[in-house]
Amino acid sequence: MYNGGSILAGLVVFLGLVTIPLWFNAGVKAYTQPQVKLPAKEKECIESKEFMRKEHMELLNQWRDWALRDGKRTYVNAKGKEFTISLQNTCMKCHDNKAEFCDKCHNDQAVSPYCWDCHTQPEGLKK
Amino acid sequence: MNQSRRHFLKFAGLTAVGLCAGASGVLASSGGGSPVKPNKETLHATQWAMVIDTRKLNTDEAIAPLAAACHALHNVPDVPNKQNVKWLWSASMEEAFPDFPNKYQSPEVEHRRVMLLCNHCENPPCVRVCPTKATFKRPDGIVTMDYHRCIGCRYCMAGCPFGARSFNFGEPREHLDLTKLNKEYPTRMRGVVEKCTFCVERLEVGKLPACVEASNGAVHFGDLSDENSPARKALRENYTIRRKPSLGTEPSVYYII
Amino acid sequence: MLERALKGSPRYYGWLALLLVIIAGCGTAYIYQLVNGLKITGMSRDVSWGFYIAQFTYLVGLAASGVMIVLPYYFHHYKKFKHMVIFGEFMAIGAVVMCLGFIVVDIGQPQRMLNVLLHPTPNSILFWDMVVLNGYLLLNIVAGWVSLETDRLRLPHPSWLKPVVYVSIIWAFSIHTVTAFLYQGLPGRHYWLTAILAARFLASAFCSGPAILMLVMLITERVTTFKMPKDGIKTLAKIITYAMCVNIFFFLLEVFTAFYSNIPGHMHSIAYLFVGAHGHTELVPWMWTFAILAVASLALLVPPQLRDNHKLLPFSLAILVVATWIDKGLGLLIGGFNPNPFEQISPYWPTGPELMVSLMVYATGALVVTILFKIATDVKAEMGVAQKLPCGCSSEDGCKCAGEAEAA
Repeated sequence: MYNGGSILAGLVVFLGLVTIPLWFNAGVKAYTQPQVKLPAKEKECIESKEFMRKEHMELLNQWRDWALRDGKRTYVNAKGKEFTISLQNTCMKCHDNKAEFCDKCHNDQAVSPYCWDCHTQPEGLKK
Repeated sequence: MNQSRRHFLKFAGLTAVGLCAGASGVLASSGGGSPVKPNKETLHATQWAMVIDTRKLNTDEAIAPLAAACHALHNVPDVPNKQNVKWLWSASMEEAFPDFPNKYQSPEVEHRRVMLLCNHCENPPCVRVCPTKATFKRPDGIVTMDYHRCIGCRYCMAGCPFGARSFNFGEPREHLDLTKLNKEYPTRMRGVVEKCTFCVERLEVGKLPACVEASNGAVHFGDLSDENSPARKALRENYTIRRKPSLGTEPSVYYII
Repeated sequence: MLERALKGSPRYYGWLALLLVIIAGCGTAYIYQLVNGLKITGMSRDVSWGFYIAQFTYLVGLAASGVMIVLPYYFHHYKKFKHMVIFGEFMAIGAVVMCLGFIVVDIGQPQRMLNVLLHPTPNSILFWDMVVLNGYLLLNIVAGWVSLETDRLRLPHPSWLKPVVYVSIIWAFSIHTVTAFLYQGLPGRHYWLTAILAARFLASAFCSGPAILMLVMLITERVTTFKMPKDGIKTLAKIITYAMCVNIFFFLLEVFTAFYSNIPGHMHSIAYLFVGAHGHTELVPWMWTFAILAVASLALLVPPQLRDNHKLLPFSLAILVVATWIDKGLGLLIGGFNPNPFEQISPYWPTGPELMVSLMVYATGALVVTILFKIATDVKAEMGVAQKLPCGCSSEDGCKCAGEAEAA
């Protein structure tokens, strides 16, 4: 093998770099699911907990298009119950704490949806 | 149950994508079994139109409360320079109607101030030029915007011959009093265009636009295709003009002179 | 072939390093813009496109200009351009890269750029501009690279290459036509609302583009062994001269139509640019500089004895480039937005950060052009074509010293 030493050294450096996430998290205690604060007054969301957990981002995308683009602002859920399509005025009226609800999971998953660049969080905005 | 519902939503989503891609503009959820529908209270029209009485509404002092109502309701920032954002504002006759420079006019008419806003053209150039359909025309004639989709290319601003569009050059929240926000309505983000929407969110809960409500009867609003609507009545009974009619955009905002 | 870009003289490396330093340095201005938004620019409600889009428009012309070498060679078998074609194609690649760069730095939400593809909108000219520019980039990469590679291997060009080149020739006209359509289809913007705008764009592109190309190639001659055939230079200068004549003629057509018809909207923009309006005269000195330099460039290019003077030619071309840049890179945008829809004047001037971001994009283009020209000149040198001879001729000129050089 030509330049065997350099190739092997390069491989070691490469492997070290790609496995950084493993080294970085070695010794950190096991993952625990974040505990989000659920609304005190309301027990049922617009759809089942499992559905919302998995699909809320899809649902919000569709809500956005239905309300804004199609002018259809009433959502009928699986049980036939009607809701006004609005992130600020429906979702966040029950989930009245963004920090304790949205952020907990989003921060945990390292996602930063841009909803709050425009929509106002129920806690209000600080200067 | 959840599984099938999920499939249904996915299918509905695909349908929405497919229909958005077509030029038809058919509502995404048409096709039966839809989980969405318009609000019960929604006011319907084939072409919303506004008739502004410049005999009654013709000073900065009279127009200011209308602009204030609109801007407060929609969290419109007040940027103190040439990059400002305006949904509704006041201008001179000369600025509003540059095609009518008659000499020796009645000084009273010549010195009127005119309320300006988006014209919600029947044939809107801003919709024609938008490369992402972020600006679109609804079936009720309202030209509105999807701020989530706007890429901030500002082609619509070059396309609009009425200067009705504003771009958020900076962060709009820097120029809003955050303690006085209307919490029912979002702000916008930096890098998107915005403009008057004929208060589409109010029409959908059965209310008239905020400026119409604040105008004490100086602004008429209604369906252009309904001869009994307040707009048609005002058009029938008065002499009206529109801004730059020769450009063929067919504005839906009329001015009683 | 790409490895040739890695082996160069210290001067070549120094130049690349300088460009990288400029890109990184001015990149900080772009980061500043990303953090703060386009408020750091001089643009406003009224002048909502500024320096970036103006540079974009000017550079689409540069991208289209390579066709002034490619077309005579492929359509008319003009052999003197044989070894210049590759430079036209490579310059087009650099120019399109800069065009795309200027679009990216101009938009408010660059991370949403792909919405143009996710929600394709054929009624928007911007959609078509995206299609033609990216298509042109691809065509030139394929045509340029494959022809150079097969030349290097001394093989005949693959048979599919010719159709690709033919398409790219037609395509070159399309990119600047579509770019003109961006402007000329807008109601109420009188300065742009003219059927001749696309023709004006092409005329201005076909003089300014080849002029920039020729200047860059003259620099290339000084730093490499590459040498253009004298007749090639002569012909290209003639093409530039004709295009500049047409360009000025078209501009005068605009002036006639506006002022003889006496329609206010048509006169206002031109009046604002050349004499000022409502007390605003920001662009007047610039536009008269354009007028004087345009006439000067024609005076230096039209007489054959001046045009064929190789000492004078670079200056004539530089004057032409400055003149066309003021017309298209400055006056076109600001004059198009002024007077605004309220018949008022809203002055615009680019800010420091705006100019730095522009410099970043220009340096990126220069980097791409440098690397591509380095590869092309290396291949030409290896093949011994279009090389400088001791007597100053090009090996393609058929000078007497060619035989001497071979004998020696």
